[in-house]
Amino acid sequence: MATDARRAVEAVWRIESARLIAGLARMVRDVGLAEELAQDALVSALEQWPGTGIPRNPGAWLMTAAKNRAVDQIRRRRNYQRKLEQIGRDTARDHVPDASTGVGDIDDDLLRLVFTACHPVLSTEARVALTLRLLGGLTTGEIARAFLVPEATVAQRIVRAKKTLAKAGVPFEVPAEDERAARLASVLGVIYLIFNEGYSATAGDDWMRPALCEDALRLARVLAGLAPREPEVHGLVALLEIQASRSRARVGPNGEPVLLMEQNRARWDRLLIRRGLASLERAEALGGPAGPYALQAAIAACHARARTPEDTDWARIAALYEALALVAPSPVVELNHAVAIGMALGPAVALELVDELVDVPALKDYHLLPSVRGDLLAKLGRHAEARVEFERAAAMTRNGRERTLLLARAAACRPGPAGCQVQEPPV
Amino acid sequence: MRFMVIVKATAASEAGIEATEQELVDMLAFNEELVKAGVLLAGEGLYPSSRGARVFFDGDERTVVDGPFTETKELIAGFWLLDVKSLEECVEWVKRVPNTSGGHSQIEVRQVIESEDFANAPQELVDRENELRAQQGYPTARG
Repeated sequence: MATDARRAVEAVWRIESARLIAGLARMVRDVGLAEELAQDALVSALEQWPGTGIPRNPGAWLMTAAKNRAVDQIRRRRNYQRKLEQIGRDTARDHVPDASTGVGDIDDDLLRLVFTACHPVLSTEARVALTLRLLGGLTTGEIARAFLVPEATVAQRIVRAKKTLAKAGVPFEVPAEDERAARLASVLGVIYLIFNEGYSATAGDDWMRPALCEDALRLARVLAGLAPREPEVHGLVALLEIQASRSRARVGPNGEPVLLMEQNRARWDRLLIRRGLASLERAEALGGPAGPYALQAAIAACHARARTPEDTDWARIAALYEALALVAPSPVVELNHAVAIGMALGPAVALELVDELVDVPALKDYHLLPSVRGDLLAKLGRHAEARVEFERAAAMTRNGRERTLLLARAAACRPGPAGCQVQEPPV
Repeated sequence: MRFMVIVKATAASEAGIEATEQELVDMLAFNEELVKAGVLLAGEGLYPSSRGARVFFDGDERTVVDGPFTETKELIAGFWLLDVKSLEECVEWVKRVPNTSGGHSQIEVRQVIESEDFANAPQELVDRENELRAQQGYPTARG
């Protein structure tokens, strides 16, 4: 059946596309062109494979098809140059593509592709779209659906990103030692952003979009294979594995969000927790001061190790947030630190800390600030003020599910015993 | 989606013939591919059925039969647990499993039931099941 063949071709694409584009990019020194050549090869495959069957080595077939097209293009360019020569112009030596790709090289090519797709010359949105497209093997349609934007918007983003890379003359290489840390931070940031969009959708009616979490987790695992000596890469993998382990518990029977302290921990995925803890150990074993992802993973690990909410080591979590605030200062980290302090030392101390954040411009539209504040006020029995805060938070969030939850909490603000509610760390 | 990739036994695996160095090299290379692609969650190889046993049920009766067992094709010699997007992707990976010795063998692909798919089970039972998993842990991932 044609649809079966198509699905099989798509599966091959999912597995092969990143390596294909990476190998081609090294050859033609242009990520945009490499991606177009790969797409052309895919079109050929979709035309031919349903009739001929999938070749024994589909990756090699696609690479050969794409390389042939590349050579054609270079020949055409050469003919053009000859014509130029006839009118007495100097030309540079012909660049003949290197068609031999050793097995070890492909990892280097992939790493180059990762750094190129996440290059700081691109906007964050462009980095995300390009990373999912070039490394995750997603179609523009899949990316558009994941981020709830029109497909044309994503397609345009990708076209513009490729042009930007070409115009800036971004070399297809792994950055030099002196800028490597900053560039790696950009890569990790893009993958984390993709995961987070899936984990707590910023807009729309779904609390989570698990497919996007899976894509990000897979990208992170791939990166750990490409850069095994980077502790922060393992830190990111650890963080994502542990966060993903809670997916099943974060959504109630009707799709509503379930907060961390109310989750049924029996529903956490033990295999993912175990993998996450192993990655965290790997990050720590590589030594050096813990970076922001390893610290966040260590915080997630505290929750993962607690068999019941009461077992949570809040003092340790507060200390980890303090360390995180030093290496990656941000008002959001301060807010989470305040939540942990509140759990360790009580709501009054925490409220003092949160009140210091109320006028921070960066948190002006951040719905979790009034949400946390409302929670602390409720615990202190100041229900009328708490209700105002929850309503304010509900008006700020763009996620429908979250809005419902916050309005329910506002409605529940009456004198009486206050429940223990903790926000999932948003950082 | 998770799939269990079940490697069926062969005469050689049942005879306990150790893998040749080439077979080990090829299999390691394949496993590395799985890890690099971020799809390997777990995987183990099994001893021949001569080191196993079966328990037969008949109402309240239980009969234990020691291995080895004869119907080689129905025995299991090992498994992988893969995290992929679709059955097609899983099949595509399985097609790449090395067959160094060149003989006949079989690999079966089956989707893992996730707990949210237990549509008819009362939530309380699902939760107790998960609680049990939490206490006992889970097969150790090698990836």
